Amino acid sequence: MDDGTITTTIPAGPEPPPARPGEERGTLTAWIQDLIFTVDHKKLGLLYIGTGWLFFVAAGIMASLIRAQLVRPNNHLVSPETFNALFTMHGTVMIFFVAMPLVFGFANYIVPLQIGARDMAFPRLNAFSFWLTFFGGCLLFFSYVGAPGLYGAGGAPAAAWFALAPLTSRAFSQGPSVDYWSLALLVSGAGSITGGVNIMVTIFCYRTRGMTLYRMPLFTWLILVTMFLVVMFLPPLSAAQIMLTLQRYLGAKFFETQAGGSAILWQHFFWIFGHPEVYILVLPAFGILNEVIPIFSRKPIFGYPMMVAASVLIGFVSAGVWAHHMFTVGLSTFSVTFFAFSTLVIAIPTGLKIFNWLGTMYGGHLRFEVPMLFSIAFIFQFLIAGLTGVMLGVAPFDWQLNDSYFVVAHFHYVIVGGIVMGIFAGTYFWYPKAFGRMMDKTLGQWHFWMFVIGFHLTFDPQHFAGILGMPRRIYTYQPGRGWEIWNLISSAGVIFQGIGSLIFIFNLFWSYWKGKKAGEDPWDAWTLEWATSSPPPDYNFETLPEVRSRRPLWDLKHPEDPDWKFE
Amino acid sequence: MKRNRTAKQSPKTWVPAILVAAGCLGQRTEAWADDNTVHSVQNIFAPVSGPAETLNQIAILVLVICAAIFLVVAGLTVYAVVRYRRRGPQDDVSEPPQVYGSTAIELAWTVPPVLIVVVLVLVTARTIGEIRGPRTNANDERVEIIGHRYWWEVRYPKYGVTSANEIHVPVNDRNVNEATQLILKSVDTNHGFWVPQLAGKSWVVPNHENAMFVQPWETGIYLGNCTVFCGDQHANMLIRVMVDSKENFQKWLDQQKQASPPDSAPNEGKNQFLVNSCGSCHRVNGTAANGVFGPDLTHFASRQTLGSGVAPNDDDNLRSWLRDPQVLKPGCLMPNMKLSNPQVEQILAYLKTLK
Amino acid sequence: MILVILTESALFTIFVVAYVYYIGKSLNPPYPHEVLELPILGTIALLSSSGTIVRAEQMLKRGSLKGFHQWWGLTILLGAGFLLYTGLEWQKLIHRDGLTISTNLFGSTFYSLVGLHASHVVVGLILLSIILFASMRGSIQHRHHEHIEMISWYWHFVDAIWVVVFTVVYVISART
Ligand code: HEA
Ligand code: HEA
Ligand code: CUA
Ligand SMILES: [Cu+2]
Repeated sequence: MDDGTITTTIPAGPEPPPARPGEERGTLTAWIQDLIFTVDHKKLGLLYIGTGWLFFVAAGIMASLIRAQLVRPNNHLVSPETFNALFTMHGTVMIFFVAMPLVFGFANYIVPLQIGARDMAFPRLNAFSFWLTFFGGCLLFFSYVGAPGLYGAGGAPAAAWFALAPLTSRAFSQGPSVDYWSLALLVSGAGSITGGVNIMVTIFCYRTRGMTLYRMPLFTWLILVTMFLVVMFLPPLSAAQIMLTLQRYLGAKFFETQAGGSAILWQHFFWIFGHPEVYILVLPAFGILNEVIPIFSRKPIFGYPMMVAASVLIGFVSAGVWAHHMFTVGLSTFSVTFFAFSTLVIAIPTGLKIFNWLGTMYGGHLRFEVPMLFSIAFIFQFLIAGLTGVMLGVAPFDWQLNDSYFVVAHFHYVIVGGIVMGIFAGTYFWYPKAFGRMMDKTLGQWHFWMFVIGFHLTFDPQHFAGILGMPRRIYTYQPGRGWEIWNLISSAGVIFQGIGSLIFIFNLFWSYWKGKKAGEDPWDAWTLEWATSSPPPDYNFETLPEVRSRRPLWDLKHPEDPDWKFE
Repeated sequence: MKRNRTAKQSPKTWVPAILVAAGCLGQRTEAWADDNTVHSVQNIFAPVSGPAETLNQIAILVLVICAAIFLVVAGLTVYAVVRYRRRGPQDDVSEPPQVYGSTAIELAWTVPPVLIVVVLVLVTARTIGEIRGPRTNANDERVEIIGHRYWWEVRYPKYGVTSANEIHVPVNDRNVNEATQLILKSVDTNHGFWVPQLAGKSWVVPNHENAMFVQPWETGIYLGNCTVFCGDQHANMLIRVMVDSKENFQKWLDQQKQASPPDSAPNEGKNQFLVNSCGSCHRVNGTAANGVFGPDLTHFASRQTLGSGVAPNDDDNLRSWLRDPQVLKPGCLMPNMKLSNPQVEQILAYLKTLK
Repeated sequence: MILVILTESALFTIFVVAYVYYIGKSLNPPYPHEVLELPILGTIALLSSSGTIVRAEQMLKRGSLKGFHQWWGLTILLGAGFLLYTGLEWQKLIHRDGLTISTNLFGSTFYSLVGLHASHVVVGLILLSIILFASMRGSIQHRHHEHIEMISWYWHFVDAIWVVVFTVVYVISART
C-alpha cells in the first residue's frame, strides 16, 4: 500500500514540531519535509491531532477573553464587535477545527492498526483531506487580517457559529467576513467528506484475515458509524453554504427575507447537518471509552452486540431530531411534538451505553491510570449533560431555556465534559503507542484535577444564569439581574482549565523525551494496535496478524481460556 | 420569598437560585400593589403568569425525574468505582472472571428508560397542546411587537397607539379566561422575545409572524431580553413589560392617544429637532416629524429608559445620547448628529415636554 | 463509489428541497409557467446515453474494442448534446425572459439546481473523454472494465438525478 511514501524512519512529533537539528533522527528540514509530503496514516493522524490541539489553544484563549469580558456587569474589556467575532470564531473553530481534526486524527492513527491494515485505502487522498482541513482553518483565521484589510468593513465573522440568516445577507453583514466563514468551512468540509469516504472504504475492504465486522473493536465500529454520518450530513451544510455564497456574490435570493426568502429554511439546512454533527463528535469519544474502560477494568466490554446495535441506532435516530434546535422559532404544533419525541428516544440507546460501561466495571479490578480517570469523569459529566439535554428536549421546557446560558451549559457539558475528556483519555492511552514513551502519571493527575475542577467551576454556574433568564451571545449585562455571581465563578473556572491545559501541553513534550520507555504493550491490552512495536513501523506489521476473536492478544496471553471459545 | 422585590439586591440573588438548584421550587411571590416594583430577577421557576405557570409545572416534573435518574446512575457509578477498585498487587496477577454480557440484564435495564421516555413524551404533547392552542377570546387585548435592530416597536391596533420599548399590558384575573395576545414581527433580522416570569420565549422572525400570550396576575415591571443574536447591540435590546392595574392601563392608553402637547413646547427646541432631520427617523404626532426607522417619540418623556433599556431616561443620559448615541450604545443604528451644545440643550428641553 | 454517490445525493437533496420549498413563493415575475418548456430533446439525449454506455460496457466485456469506441463515443455525443440544449435554454431564459439567478426565488433555485446537475454532466463528460482518449491510444484493455463500470455508474447517477430534476422543475413547478 505504499505509493510514494517517503520512507525515512522519523516519527512525527506533535505540532509545533520540536526542533532538534543535527540529531540522529535527521535534520529539522528533512523532518518538516517529511511531515509535509507524508502519506503515512500515522503521521497524518498525528498531524491532525497536532492541528486540533493547536487550534484548541487558540479558540480556548478566545473563550478566556469571552469569560474575561463577562466577569462583571457593564464590563468594557472588548467592544461589542470584537466580542461577537470572539464567540463566533470560538464556536466555529472549536467545532470544525478542534473537535473534527481530533476525531479524524484518532481515526487515522488507530483504525488501520486496530483492523490490521498497512495503511488507508487511499493514502494520497488521505493527505489531501488533511491539508484541506488544515488550510480551511488557516483561511478562517486569516479573516482577522484579510477581511478588514480589503474592505475596511467587518473583521472576523460575527454572525454566530450557525450564521443565522438573514443576518448573513449583504444588507446586515457588509464586508467579506461571512464569506470567510462559509468558504473556510466549504474547504474543510470537502476534506472531511473525502476523509470519511477513505476511512469507510478502509474499514470495509482492508480488515486483516479473520476480522469479521462482528469481531471489529468497538472504537473502529463507532468510527464507522461516525464516518457514515460525516458522509451523509456534511453535504447539506456545504449545499447551504454554496447557496449563501451564491446569494452574497451573484445576488441569489435564497435567504433574503426582503425578497420572500425564508429565515427558517436556513436553520433547517444548518441543523440537518448540525445535530448529526454533534454525534459525529461524541461517538468517537464513546469509542475511546469502549477501549479504555474494559482494559482498566480487566474485563471485556459488557454486551458487545448491544453496544454495536446502540451505536448504529443512535446514528440513524440522530438524523431525525434536528428541529429540537428550533422549538421556539414558530414551527407547527405537530412538528414540535414529533421532534420532541424523536429527541427523547435517543436517550434510550445512549442510556444503554452508560449502563453497559457500568456493567463492564462491575466485578472488575479497576486501575485508575490517567485514561481511566478521564473516562470516569466522562461518564459522570455526560450523564448530567444528557439529562439537561433531555430537559431541553422537552419542548415546553425549552421554550423557557432556549438561547439561554442553560443551553451553553448543556453543550459545554457534553463537549468539554464529554468529548474533550474522552480525547484526553485517548491521548494518554495511545501516546505510548505513538511515541514509545509513557506520559507522566503525576503530571497527568494534576492535569486531570485542574481541568475537572475548572470545568465544573466554569459550566455548573451557567445553568443557574440561564434559569435566571440570562440570554446567550450578550457582550455585557446590567447589574441586578442576579447574574453577577454566576458569571464571576464561571470566569474564575477558566483559569483552572487553562492551567490544566498548560500542564497537559507540557506533559506532551516532556514525556516525548523524558517519559519512561513503554514497550509494545504497556497497558496489557487486547487489540491489534498493541501487537506491533511502539512507535509502529511505516508498514505497521511485519506479517499481517490473523484474528480469531474480538481480543486477539487476550487469546495469545491466555491460551488456557481464549475468547474464540465463547463466540 | 424576597426574590423579586427590588433591582438593587444583586449579591443576595444567588440564595434563591441555590434554592432553585436544590429543587425547592415554585413558591409563588405574593402580589404587589405598587406598579413600580421592578421584577429584575426573572427566575423561570417563579412564574406570575398563566403560560409561565404551565411551563413551570412541567419543568419541575421533568427536573424531578431527571434528578432521580441522576441519583440512581451516579450512585451506581460511585459504587462501582469504590467497590471494584484495584486492591493491592494480587489484583494485577489475577484477572477477574471474564463476563461477556447478558442480553437479559441489558434488556432489563433498557425497560425503565423506555417507560420514562413514554411518560415524558405524553406530558410534553399535552402541554404543547395547552399553550399552542389558538386563543379565541374576543376581549383579549392584542399588542403587536415589532423587532428592529436594536429596539422594540409596540403597537395597539385597537386604539391606534404606537409606542416603543416599554410594553404596557393589563393585569389579568387568573380565574377568568382573559389574556393579552402578543403578535411578534420583525422588520430586519431575527430577534427573540423573552420575559421568563410571564411566558416562554418566541423567536421574532422576518416575514414569519409568531404569536404568544401572557396572563400576568401581578402588577409590576418585568424585565426581559432579546434572546436571538441580531447584531452589535443584541445585548442591549432590553424589554420592559409594565403590568398595570386595569385602570392605570386605560389611563395610560388615553394619554398615549393624544398628540404631543401642541405649542406649549419651547419652539426653538422643536425647530432644532426638525431642522436637524431627527424627524426623518422619528415620529412625533402632530408635527412634521414622521420617520418610522427609529422609535416613535410622541410620548418619549413618559418612558423610563433610553435606547431600549440601556440607561435611565434622565437629563444626563439624554444629554450624552443626543451628543453621541454611540457612547451609551456603541453600534446602535442612530448616528452621531454632531449637534452643538446649545442645540443639544434645546432639543433636550423639547423632548422633556413630550409627556 | 457507492459512498460518493451517497454524498452526492445528499447534496442534491438539499437543492431539490430548496427548490420545492420555494415553489410559488417568488414575489415578482417571471414565474415558471411563463417561461419553462419541457426539454424533451435534451432529456431523450441524456437518458438514451445511459443505454449506449451500457452497450459500450458489454462490448468491452466481449472484448470488441471497436464497438466499445463507437458506443462510448456516442454516449459522449449525447451528453454534449444535452449540455448544448441546456445552454440554449438558459440563453433564452436570460435574454428573452430576463430571468437570472438574482431575479427572484425561482431564478435562484432554478439555476442553482439545474446548474449543479449540468456541472455534474460536465465532470462526467470529462471522465468519459479521458477514457476515450486512453482507449484510442490502446491503453484500455478488457481487464479495465471495472474502472469503466465505476464511471458508467456515475453516469447513470447523473441521469437518475436528471429524472428527479425534470419531474420537480419542468413537470410539477411548471404549473405555478
Ligand atoms: C456533542 C455533543 C452533544 C450531544 C451528545 C448532545 C446530546 C443531546 N442533546 Fe444537545 N446540543 C449540543 C451538543 C450535544 N448534545 C450542542 C453543541 C447544542 C447547542 C448548539 C447551539 O445552539 O449552539 C445542543 C443543543 C441541544 C438542544 C437545543 C437547545 C436550544 O437551543 O434550545 C437540545 C434540545 O432538545 C438538545 C438535546 C440533546 C439531547 C436530548 C441529547 C441526548 O443525546 C442525550 C442522551 C443522554 C442521556 C439522556 C443521558 C444518559 C441516559 C440515561 C442515563 C438513560 C436514562 C435517561 C432517560 C430515560 C431520560 N441539545
Ligand atoms: C469543541 C467545542 C467547544 C469547546 C471545547 C469549548 C470550550 C470552552 N468554551 Fe465554548 N462554545 C462552543 C464550543 C466549545 N467551547 C460553541 C459551539 C459555542 C457557541 C458559539 C455561538 O454562540 O455561536 C460556544 C460558546 C461559548 C460561550 C458563550 C458565548 C456567548 O454565548 O456569548 C462561552 C462563555 O462562557 C464559552 C466558554 C468556553 C470555555 C471557557 C471553554 C473552555 O473549555 C476552554 C478551555 C481552554 C483554554 C483555556 C485554552 C487552552 C489553555 C491555554 C492557552 C493556557 C493559557 C490560558 C489561560 C491561563 C486562561 N463558549
Ligand atoms: Cu434583537 Cu438580539
Ligand atoms: Cu441537537
